[in-house]
Amino acid sequence: MATVLVVDDSVSLRSMVTFTLTKQGYDVVEAEDGEDAFNKAKHIVCDLVLTDVNMPKMDGISLCTELRKLESFKFTPILILTTENSQEMKYKGKAAGATGWLVKPFNPETLLSTLKRVVR
Amino acid sequence: MSIDLSQFIPVFLEESFEGLEVMESGLLNLEENDAEAINAIFRAAHSIKGGAGTFGFSNITDFTHVVETLMDELRAGRRSCSDSLKSVLLSSVDCIRLLLEAARDGTACDEPQIKQVLQQLEAELSCDNEDKVAIVSNELEIIDLSSSHVPVMETLGWVIDFAPAPHLLMTGNEPILLMSALADLGQLVTNAAIGLVPSLDELNPEELFLHWKINLYSDCSELAVREIFEWVEGDCSLSVFPLQKSADVTSEESVTNDPVAPEMTFEKATEQPANAESVEPASASFETLSPKISSDSPAAPAQNSRKNQADQGSIRVGIDKIDGLINRVGELVITQSMLGQVGLEMSDCDHPGVERLNDGLVQLERNTRDLQEEVMRIRMLPISFVFNRFPRMVHDISSKLGKLVELKLSGEQTELDKTVMEKIGDPLLHLIRNALDHGLETPQERIAAGKTESGTVHLNASHQGGFIIIQIKDDGRGLDTDKIREKALSSGLITTDQLLNDTDIHDLIFVPGFSTVAEVNDLSGRGVGMDVVRRNIEALGGYVAVVSEEGEGSTFTVSLPLTLAILDGQLIQAHHEIYIIPLLSIIESIWVSTGSLNAVVGRGCLFSFRDEYIPVISLSDVFGLSETPKNFTNSLMVIVEGGGKRAGLIVDELQGQQQVVIKSLETNYKRVEGFSGATILGTGQVALILDVAGVIKMGLDSSTSRYPHAATKDNGHLLAKANI
Repeated sequence: MATVLVVDDSVSLRSMVTFTLTKQGYDVVEAEDGEDAFNKAKHIVCDLVLTDVNMPKMDGISLCTELRKLESFKFTPILILTTENSQEMKYKGKAAGATGWLVKPFNPETLLSTLKRVVR
Repeated sequence: MSIDLSQFIPVFLEESFEGLEVMESGLLNLEENDAEAINAIFRAAHSIKGGAGTFGFSNITDFTHVVETLMDELRAGRRSCSDSLKSVLLSSVDCIRLLLEAARDGTACDEPQIKQVLQQLEAELSCDNEDKVAIVSNELEIIDLSSSHVPVMETLGWVIDFAPAPHLLMTGNEPILLMSALADLGQLVTNAAIGLVPSLDELNPEELFLHWKINLYSDCSELAVREIFEWVEGDCSLSVFPLQKSADVTSEESVTNDPVAPEMTFEKATEQPANAESVEPASASFETLSPKISSDSPAAPAQNSRKNQADQGSIRVGIDKIDGLINRVGELVITQSMLGQVGLEMSDCDHPGVERLNDGLVQLERNTRDLQEEVMRIRMLPISFVFNRFPRMVHDISSKLGKLVELKLSGEQTELDKTVMEKIGDPLLHLIRNALDHGLETPQERIAAGKTESGTVHLNASHQGGFIIIQIKDDGRGLDTDKIREKALSSGLITTDQLLNDTDIHDLIFVPGFSTVAEVNDLSGRGVGMDVVRRNIEALGGYVAVVSEEGEGSTFTVSLPLTLAILDGQLIQAHHEIYIIPLLSIIESIWVSTGSLNAVVGRGCLFSFRDEYIPVISLSDVFGLSETPKNFTNSLMVIVEGGGKRAGLIVDELQGQQQVVIKSLETNYKRVEGFSGATILGTGQVALILDVAGVIKMGLDSSTSRYPHAATKDNGHLLAKANI
């Protein structure tokens, strides 16, 4: 089953996402900010990244840019979790190499059905 | 599949309260160009909003959204941080706190205040520059469009023409997965066009050259289809139109986009030529922002305790688990002391194993003590958790009173038990408010008195033995001894023939009934609620005292035990009853003879101890244990200190010293004057723990008349009822 890297500085949201994914059989690696995620990403193979935008140390957009520089993340789907359903955010994400975005709040069902578009 | 999200709500609430702390301290110290602080505040608001949305607290989401918007504009430099903005943001922190508390308790919350602050926030939002407004309204338009009515027609399905750009795979999207998501909507018939695929030697395997025509047989809406391609619009050309022959051409689109020059293509709704104007400002706004992307440096770590703890590799544990652990350890301590008792009784036994047993018991005692200390440390937190509430409060109150105040905090890292911390916040708050309200003078008065214009309130915490000492010191006007005496006389607390020194008079402000009246303005409020403050602090096994110098200021000192779970006690016996005196309250124990005691009319008996006369109190008299008053000749006296006073307690016998687990009388029975709790001894016997300050007070009260305390009558009843 696929491995998902979940990046969010909010513990409650991270646990919710992790719980939802593990229940479905995904393997989850958690990270609490962009920097943490980037450090972990260097040592794991993962099939999907879910990242929040606003985080200390390194935000989600910068993380996306950095991950795309890694050979192992060239084609990896990266989804940005955003509360703004704004064009600006989507452009920024796209420009940084993000695959798509999920607008918060989302419920577990939406999360799972959306993931199907990018991960087997 | 349904997932119950409620299990994550406590964590969300805990996080959000922490976020509010970050917001509050950030706002209090906010400087104009402090990008780091602004970012931290923004992120905190943002996380609260996001979580609230996820866990279904829409009222919190809506409210925080406005706060976040304002913070975002501050962040982007589109707004300056005026004082009015800061103060309305501070009020909004309070509102969010109220909303969160209501969410936690499942209650409704104070609507008018929330509404009022929301209006203020919106007023702040609306005083804005023109182009910003223009962009907002355009965004609104766009949102309208995206939720605009898409005609739903009876259709067999959809014809989808999907031609991905060669670089599509680099975005992490994959056509196969998009197809399988489509297949979830209905039956698919796909045709791939391979005309563009280059010869094998020219083929770059990382690029895509296929082009699909898909018939989807489904009664789903066009929106559902477009949603699947939401993330690839701009990286492909896509057209969707109904399967049935229809002249509806408007829903067809064919856009080939170069993502480097983005346009409005991420719309779920049908694009219509009419919204071309609305495209302009949005992409313009993107362009104005694009330089910012590169300069968006990674934000600095928030000054957040959780983060710091996380760095040290911490885990979050529910307080109930820790409480359970502490209770277990408490039981273990009792068991250990029981075994110790057995070991003592068996030491005369002539058995080869006895010596080893006693060695083991000594080790057990040491290990138990260490374990208990370790466990207690888990619940210890720095008092900064309480102190951090005060800068904001001082800021608010002083600006309301028109006074200038500098609040100094020191010793914030002093640790104490979480349970004590939770209970001490309010009394401290009251003491600080009191210092601001009645202690400090107005700037004019201060200048007239030859002081600096701005007053100082100093809050300091430190450890002293098993106690934490918190001092609230102000350099204000101090307590007016004459006024307090007058007040106490007029309210009948003291009589004219009582000789009281200044300390005694100052102490009167803590006496219930010493409430002040409005006409004594400068005194108004001094003492209002002070009796409650003292009572609450004493209920924690602590005490509060005041030292004041007229014109120079006052210092309130609060002493609290570090923990409410365990104490080192001295077992004493008075008339067949065993009591426990906290070791920390004991100065020394001595034999006294009649010669060294002086009977004073109206003051009972006094003993000369280190240049002062201290009252002598017989426990068996105070607790009414025997019918005949005790004769003090050749008795054992334990000299104790409590509540800032000393006294000699006459006891019959000193027994061992041991660590005892405190069981609350209040929770299991009711508050009993003179006792702070109870414990179970190794013998299984229940013993009451003395509240030294309370006993001294009882002794002084009963020195003229026998104290009719019903401890004996109560004891049997108490122990029968108490579930300890």
